[in-house]
Amino acid sequence: MELWNDMKLQINQQTYDVDVAEDTPLLWVIRDNLGLTGTKYGCGLAQCGACSVLVDGEVVRSCVMPAVSAVGKQITTIEAIEQDDVGKRVVQAWVNHQVPQCGYCQSGQVMAATALLKATPNPSRDEITAAISNLCRCGTYNAIDAAIDELAKPVGGNA
Amino acid sequence: MKPLTEHELAELAQETPINVSRRNFLLSSAGVAAGALVLSVGIPLRQARAAAATKMAPGTRVPAFLQITPDNRIILQSPFVEGGQGIFTAMAQIVGEELDAEPARFIVENAPTGADYQVMVGGPGRMTGGSMSVRTSYQTMRKLGALARQLMLQAAANQWQVPLSELITEPGIVLHKTSNRTLSYGELASKALDLPVPDPDSVSLKDPQAFRWIGKGIDRVDVYEKSVGKANYTIDLKVDGMLHAAVQHAPRLGLVAGDILNLKQVQAMPGVHSVHKVTGAVAVVAPHWWDAKRAAEALQVDWQAATSQRQGVRSMPADFSSEAFSEMLANRTEAGKDAETAGDISKVFSAATPESIISATYQTQYVHHAQLEPPSTIAQFHDDGRLEIWLPNQAPDMFLRDIAKRAGIAEDQIILHSPILGGFFGRHFLYPDANPYPQAIELAKATGKPIKLIWSREEEFLRDPLRPMAAVRMKAAIENGVPTALEVISACEGPGEAISGHDPDNVDGMAVEGLTGKSYQIANVRIAQDYVENPTMLAYWRSVGNSMNDFVYECFFDEMADKAGADPYELRKALLKDNPRLSHLLETVVKSAGGWKRGPFTAADGSKRARGIAMASPFGSHTATIAEVSIEQGQVKVHEIWEAIDPGTIVNPAIIEAQVKSAVALGLSQVLLEEVIYQQGEPLARNYDMYPILPPHMMPKVHVSIVESGEKMGGIGEPGLPPVPPAVVNAVSHLLGRRIRRMPLSRETFA
Ligand code: FES
Ligand code: FES
Repeated sequence: MELWNDMKLQINQQTYDVDVAEDTPLLWVIRDNLGLTGTKYGCGLAQCGACSVLVDGEVVRSCVMPAVSAVGKQITTIEAIEQDDVGKRVVQAWVNHQVPQCGYCQSGQVMAATALLKATPNPSRDEITAAISNLCRCGTYNAIDAAIDELAKPVGGNA
Repeated sequence: MKPLTEHELAELAQETPINVSRRNFLLSSAGVAAGALVLSVGIPLRQARAAAATKMAPGTRVPAFLQITPDNRIILQSPFVEGGQGIFTAMAQIVGEELDAEPARFIVENAPTGADYQVMVGGPGRMTGGSMSVRTSYQTMRKLGALARQLMLQAAANQWQVPLSELITEPGIVLHKTSNRTLSYGELASKALDLPVPDPDSVSLKDPQAFRWIGKGIDRVDVYEKSVGKANYTIDLKVDGMLHAAVQHAPRLGLVAGDILNLKQVQAMPGVHSVHKVTGAVAVVAPHWWDAKRAAEALQVDWQAATSQRQGVRSMPADFSSEAFSEMLANRTEAGKDAETAGDISKVFSAATPESIISATYQTQYVHHAQLEPPSTIAQFHDDGRLEIWLPNQAPDMFLRDIAKRAGIAEDQIILHSPILGGFFGRHFLYPDANPYPQAIELAKATGKPIKLIWSREEEFLRDPLRPMAAVRMKAAIENGVPTALEVISACEGPGEAISGHDPDNVDGMAVEGLTGKSYQIANVRIAQDYVENPTMLAYWRSVGNSMNDFVYECFFDEMADKAGADPYELRKALLKDNPRLSHLLETVVKSAGGWKRGPFTAADGSKRARGIAMASPFGSHTATIAEVSIEQGQVKVHEIWEAIDPGTIVNPAIIEAQVKSAVALGLSQVLLEEVIYQQGEPLARNYDMYPILPPHMMPKVHVSIVESGEKMGGIGEPGLPPVPPAVVNAVSHLLGRRIRRMPLSRETFA
């Protein structure tokens, strides 16, 4: 196992230098080395989506992405979600619809919804279903749907 | 939350803060800044104060529960832990109502251990479970709010030198109308909370007619933090100088670690600090968890049979198969022990013609809690020998006792923190060998460092204690269109007896609840348990025995209806006609579904669908559900669920609706997908890939109706679950024209 010294990661518009073993998933660099614990660990196997972050605007399950492969890319975690216009609207909709229960999956849900709406501002129901597969053991799916449906509706004329 | 000022940060950084309460407040209000960072604060002031002070009835020592900041934020110590069920909000609502303070001003935390927080009337003191929180503490917590309000009034009367009787409150303030003066609670708090607490009997509670917040669907207090990743669970916390740990559990309980064949290589792996044998596992300690986990997985351990058995821990046989066990249960013929009887079934059965008798055997399965937050513990020994510990738990004082025993130190030398839970569903009770804290304590002792131990999902699924399975033999006599006798014998082990020990003279009520406690008018009934010990570790799971038993009973009910030539809804209605509460509930769910139609019918999208109906009466509440299903690509698709709940009296309808939907999701997950399968003594699935839980695309639209009958308050978190599996299976069986008697439905491919 190689140790990677001085890996430079661009997270939330900041540059971080980290020393980690080269197979370390991005998730554990974010949580352990950098203390950004809003991104959660649920399965470590790309099954649940709790670890979702944005890498160059695309939603990624950070538990299976080696940190090395994120070098040179723009990473956004839940901590900076409100600095993004779409992310801010997503959070607002989450509050309006009172989505979270235990909350553990919700960072990932918000990231996945933000990524979808950034790429496709007015997704259809099928597009939403295809894009968002994050698990929620508390079963907040109806509330998530309601929040995303609200956001997916064209607003005024400038949709 | 606003960032902390320099001054506040300095205050936080102090080694021994003068004002611990203030510091706790800063920590909680700092959100993300402090959230990820846990400072060792020593015994919280209120805890020390409470311990030193004279004995008072639980729930009456106001300063142990409430702090109010100068800027009018109210910090409430909740006796119940938040895990998604909305209890922090309900507590703010109940206390706020009587205190006359807006629930939105509250910051709610899980209270420390101690006698003050043992508020459950007629319950086990303090724990979060059994859908009991609000119903066992409602009056006490209201009284607490009323006492606090009285203190505010008294402090204002003292300050203004006016008679207390001239004062009134409005949300967050005391008002002297005649002189037009006001003082906010924040201004009064420091004086008010030092006043002696009045006799609880001297203050009266509000007339419910005048409630401002109780009964309303107010917003939950923690939704924003949870939407932006600022809520902190045990797994997110950190203490100075801490090391991380990961384990490789013994593949089967009852094995202990012998030689570690590649010890040298593992010790030399990157980042590894040390390797340790601990209870039931080998652990690797490292500065980073990933390094610890990678190394723990690489360990080659010679697992050997233990020479002695730890108390409460079962040895898993090397050849155990859950499928074979279930078949064995299904083939039993023992009569079992009576749990509930009425009339004389043997008389009816022996007089009945063979054609009038039906019988069937139903099978239920082991399931996982599968809460999304994997278990973890932080253990830290202080220089003075005290142990500070953070762990997910549903019963702080019970854990405290156990930790004291294991660590060999007095309870008052332990500071136990109980952070919010990333889901629980019964997972975080005291189960032998199913929690990381004993290992974390051992590692903290061995290394002399604070340790944070996280169980990976794989190690969690190996040790998660299971919801029991059962095989239930049903037999009924149907005469003149109604069931005249019903016998139910469940071959199973209940979670209660599995955890606390089997009592050969009694039936574990939790083994048979949902078979017992039914309200249908059937004159001759025998419900029995045929106890069979399991080799697995068993646990409580959301709605406990009801989660499996209502499936069995309510599905067989439809078989009885079919035999009687009756519609299953009509037969339920007929057998409940003398029960106005349940009759009304049944009507409510039928009405919300636009009337009863069983089908099969063709839906607008061309699919062939059917509906099923079922009822349950768990945890003091009553529920009724209708499910609409079709078969798509060989699997069951649930299109819609209508559920009506009558919890008697309600505190927050929005939370009730959210909890019912949540329970529906878990019920669907169980009936459609979930089953823990053991082969050769090990679980087949170690992660969500092989143990699927309900994904978003399988969630139907759920319509919730709340009936407030005004009866005694029942539970909220669990009652929504039990009628869901039978409503689905009744619909599926009708659609297929053959009976399904086993969960999950994914066991079969349907034509
Ligand atoms: S933790 Fe990454 S998908 Fe579950
Ligand atoms: S809110 Fe608990 S897992 Fe989604």
